[in-house]
Amino acid sequence: MSKTLDKKHPNNSHQEEVNYITVDYTMKSWFITKDHKRIGMLYLATVLVFFFVGSVAAGFVRFELTSPTGQILESETFNRMFTAHGVVMIFFFLLIAIPAVLGNFFLPLMLGARDLAFPKLNLLSYYLYLGGGLFGVVALVSGGVDTGWTFYTPLSSMYSNSQVVLTITAAFITGFSSIATAVNFIVTIHKMRAPGLTWFRLPLFVWAHYATSIIILLGTPVVAITLALVAVERLFHIGVFSPEYGGDPVLFQHMFWFYSHPAVYIMILPAMGVVSEIIACFARNRVFGYEFIAASSLAIGGLGFLVWGHHMFASGESYFQAAFFSLMTSLVAIPSAIKVFNWAATLYKGMIYLTTPMAYAIGFLGLFVIGGLTGLYCSNLGVDVHLTGTYFIVAHFHYVMVGGTIMALLAGIHFWWPKMTGRMYPEIWGKIGMLVIFSGFHMTFMPQFILGFLGMPRRYHYYHFAPEFQAYNVFSTAGAGVLAIGFMIPVVYLLLSLKHGAKAPANPWNAKGLEWEKTDRVPITHNFREIPVVTEEAYNYSIDDEPPIEAKYTKFGAVMEEKS
Amino acid sequence: MKELKFSPTQATEYATRHDVLFYALTALVVLFTVLVGVAVLYLMIKYRASNKNVDRTKRIHHHLGIEIAWTVIPTILALIIFFWGLLLFKEVKTPDKDSSDIYVIGKQWMWQFQHPNGIRENNELHVPVGRPVKITMISQDVIHSLYIPQFRVQFYTLPGRYTSMHFTPNVVGKFNIFCSMHCGADHSKMGGYIHVLSPSDYTKWLENGGNRFSKNSESMIKSGLKTFAKNGCSNCHGGADTYRAPSLHGLIGRKRKMNDGRVVIADEAYIRESILTPYNNVVEGYEQIMPVYDLSEGEVLELVEYIKSLSRAPSMFEENEKVYKNTRNHVKNISNSGEINLEMRVDSGVSQSSVQQVQHVSEQN
Repeated sequence: MSKTLDKKHPNNSHQEEVNYITVDYTMKSWFITKDHKRIGMLYLATVLVFFFVGSVAAGFVRFELTSPTGQILESETFNRMFTAHGVVMIFFFLLIAIPAVLGNFFLPLMLGARDLAFPKLNLLSYYLYLGGGLFGVVALVSGGVDTGWTFYTPLSSMYSNSQVVLTITAAFITGFSSIATAVNFIVTIHKMRAPGLTWFRLPLFVWAHYATSIIILLGTPVVAITLALVAVERLFHIGVFSPEYGGDPVLFQHMFWFYSHPAVYIMILPAMGVVSEIIACFARNRVFGYEFIAASSLAIGGLGFLVWGHHMFASGESYFQAAFFSLMTSLVAIPSAIKVFNWAATLYKGMIYLTTPMAYAIGFLGLFVIGGLTGLYCSNLGVDVHLTGTYFIVAHFHYVMVGGTIMALLAGIHFWWPKMTGRMYPEIWGKIGMLVIFSGFHMTFMPQFILGFLGMPRRYHYYHFAPEFQAYNVFSTAGAGVLAIGFMIPVVYLLLSLKHGAKAPANPWNAKGLEWEKTDRVPITHNFREIPVVTEEAYNYSIDDEPPIEAKYTKFGAVMEEKS
Repeated sequence: MKELKFSPTQATEYATRHDVLFYALTALVVLFTVLVGVAVLYLMIKYRASNKNVDRTKRIHHHLGIEIAWTVIPTILALIIFFWGLLLFKEVKTPDKDSSDIYVIGKQWMWQFQHPNGIRENNELHVPVGRPVKITMISQDVIHSLYIPQFRVQFYTLPGRYTSMHFTPNVVGKFNIFCSMHCGADHSKMGGYIHVLSPSDYTKWLENGGNRFSKNSESMIKSGLKTFAKNGCSNCHGGADTYRAPSLHGLIGRKRKMNDGRVVIADEAYIRESILTPYNNVVEGYEQIMPVYDLSEGEVLELVEYIKSLSRAPSMFEENEKVYKNTRNHVKNISNSGEINLEMRVDSGVSQSSVQQVQHVSEQN
């Protein structure tokens, strides 16, 4: 893809390597690091802890719902469980996961930069996130919240008898972490591209993160203000949202969704970036319609700010207001469709290797297509008046956010794991894990579409008055069990791979991109020994490229033969 | 466990039309999913790396024609679906002119239904089959959402503001009422049933006084009139405009010009706001002298129903002789059959409030 100034390839030394991990083993060196790669790893460890917490809460919710009268929890506890699940998963996992882990780690590597533009700000953003997360944990332990992650007023501002203010503070602080990361990304992408790396030579992963950062920057302050106003109303009874004090209860929803709908694109755009990288690599093909995929990211970012009112079709919005939001929402589906078609077209005349990352990327396509298309129901005025507030919505956004974001996160982690840790994981377990997650996911959420159509409202604790809901709920819970096992598989073998994994070569997939071609086996602290010069477009794959590493070399303890 | 159900009962004509769109969308979604799925699987298998006997020359990475095609075709489909949904939404937002009113107060965690004839029900609602119903609702505390899946409609029940929904059940039966907006600890308790009764059963139900608590319930208009008198509203709001206050006769549906220049159509929400926060809506030419009254949402609803009734009679006399005749007949029936029927609205085609007005007028004559 590009030429370094000196011809000596940096990957040939077999002495004790010095890389970003081995450079210093002390705890202190990790916790005050300014290295974007180490910060990315800190983020990875932290988001996984939150993912675990959120999953346990989800487990309780699913278990309760297997019986029409609930199982072991009181309704109040049940409400705290689904709220904990939503708050933790969205504010402390999904919004953070791909940008702060993979984005942090690979953006500078893809750009040919030695670090992000503001390394100290990057570290600060991690600690803001950690601080916010700790506030969240304190809120959870000291009683939890029962308003749902959406904090609708006046329930949250006046009526709820739970830790609303603490939780809002947690989300508020985490918001600043996102803003800091976004600023860092935008400046880095603008100012720190390697010589020759023009805008249209950027990997689509970078474009996706660029669009995401703009959304974060424009949207997050709005939700921060909104949540602060809820706290102000709750603490000082200053009327903003509560009609009792002259406020407007629906105003909150407008302000909240003005951010929180684009937030869905914060979760999904980076995922799309990851998938673009992986499909191109394992199809050994240039991404079809590069400009269209890049432009559709920006289009999603722009249109995404004009659709928030579709959450309130049943709120009594006026006919024309609802019509506008419905139209815009129908249109925002188009750029997503364009991306899917372009990915599929990338496979045409490809040299396709079905490795674990590729399997996850294809799995992403399968789930995202269903998630995206079911969004059409929710965008549709006529149909949404029946479906809003039901399990149909729950199923839809889980297909997009879990199906989309988590599949892509796993795809990305499996793709870049060798670069991040220098180790391989066993291919066979990778594929088994993917299959279990993929099928568990459908088992969990497919029945929820039918539940929603039948009319089961979300956030109901029991439903003995509608026994026809039970079969689907039991099935869904069984699926959640499969899903849980599925998530454990990669966690186990990836952790084991840290110790037992085969040593990964510098470019096990023979992928294109500065992060693969111009760095050491595991990158050094400042990434590149020489700043690379880019002379070619992204994804300059050909069918004559070397194949990816063979599966037998990915087993635990396998040793790769020396290549000359 | 019951046998598996895949779709809820269609208990209104609207539900049937809704489901046509729902299934059309489903067909479209399945078609696209299968299309993408088959295309991806086919390409994955055909161009698998181990398959060397396949033409991989002349790869293309850009094709404007294809890009335009797969932008334009989905856009057209999305627009068709959008307009189809818009038509349904228009229907769901536009109540029939001759709907009978039902008022709803939502509170943590119950639904209170109030029929204009004074019958109150908690978490249960009885309506006759085939008659359009318009529901006007308000919440006493947090946001709720009144949801009847078999009718395919739900709307928020907001604190501080009326919202409405309407439906015409065409199937006799018992259907679920849900609250589809999380409203606190016992959210899932906030449900009940709507009983759609045949006309004869509905008559019987009405004759029994509708509920088990009191047989002689007072109509909302009567209660409203009492509240109106008790609070001294009639001191200023009389049969004609005075220098102190405009008359409330013929108010509903009329355009009102405010002294800050706004033009507002007087609906239920306007009346409620004018009662509770009179300083926000001062009609042009008047001073803000009306005090603020501390009334419960239930009392306000009764006042609204009373003030609405003041509008119905005159227009009826002036514009619709046919209704007038029906009403006269109805009044005759009523006077023949005693007090309880006065509160009834069975199949007369005329709202009960007009009946009272007619009676009022005939007394004057």
